[in-house]
Amino acid sequence: MDERTPPARKHGLTAIDGALALIALLLIVQMWLLTATLDSYLAGHHEVVLPAAIISGVLFLICAALYLFVRRIDAEARNVREEMTRSGHPPV
Amino acid sequence: MKLFRPTGSEPLWKDEFSIHIADERYVSRRQFTKFLVLTSLGMFAGNAWILVRSCFSKTPAYSEKNICSANDVPIGGVWLFRYPTENDPCILIRPDEDTYVAYSQKCTHLSCAVYYAREKNRLECPCHEGYFSIRNGDVLQGPPPRPLPRVALERRGDIIVAVRIETRKET
Repeated sequence: MDERTPPARKHGLTAIDGALALIALLLIVQMWLLTATLDSYLAGHHEVVLPAAIISGVLFLICAALYLFVRRIDAEARNVREEMTRSGHPPV
Repeated sequence: MKLFRPTGSEPLWKDEFSIHIADERYVSRRQFTKFLVLTSLGMFAGNAWILVRSCFSKTPAYSEKNICSANDVPIGGVWLFRYPTENDPCILIRPDEDTYVAYSQKCTHLSCAVYYAREKNRLECPCHEGYFSIRNGDVLQGPPPRPLPRVALERRGDIIVAVRIETRKET
């Protein structure tokens, strides 16, 4: 992006990067949670299975919400580009 | 198409390649985000699967099984048997005159067969040097994550009888 890129698009890309980093972090936690739950289950600790499933579900919902956020930002960025194209100043 | 482009106009490649680099960044990030979220769904599905397995798992009912005569096992000796099914190898150990202990012979790491190291009075897994206590099956050393499942024994006259499997949790 050069200086002709509108600030809204730059901010949008930054927001998407932030959401992406957060999703990656939550995914790492989910991976750890799954392996720890499986290990505990095989060891006979059945009491940890339900809380782990609930927490994993909550993490997934957060990831899904962040994805919807990314989609919204993306849609806004596309609208900006289309408006600029219509006005005869397409972004780089 | 003009042979010469006027000075100050957009370069030729921008006419021929009308791809917006910034948009490409948006699209690749969006696709990657979607991939990560689907992976997150997979992780949740895995946890849910474990939950379902846990809800529908039943406590197994063990049948009793005569293993051997008490005198069949010498002091410091072992007796191999299978319990509760033919696919579950177990090892009975007589460390001293009146003590009989039995454990599953499958190492809790990768299911190698453990053996009794008499001189060190412990069960050893030869694959990755996992050692287990003869007293309660606890892990003494190595990669095994859990103690060995213990076979509960009863002595009825001269006969050693296996009555159930005791799966102990980590301490």
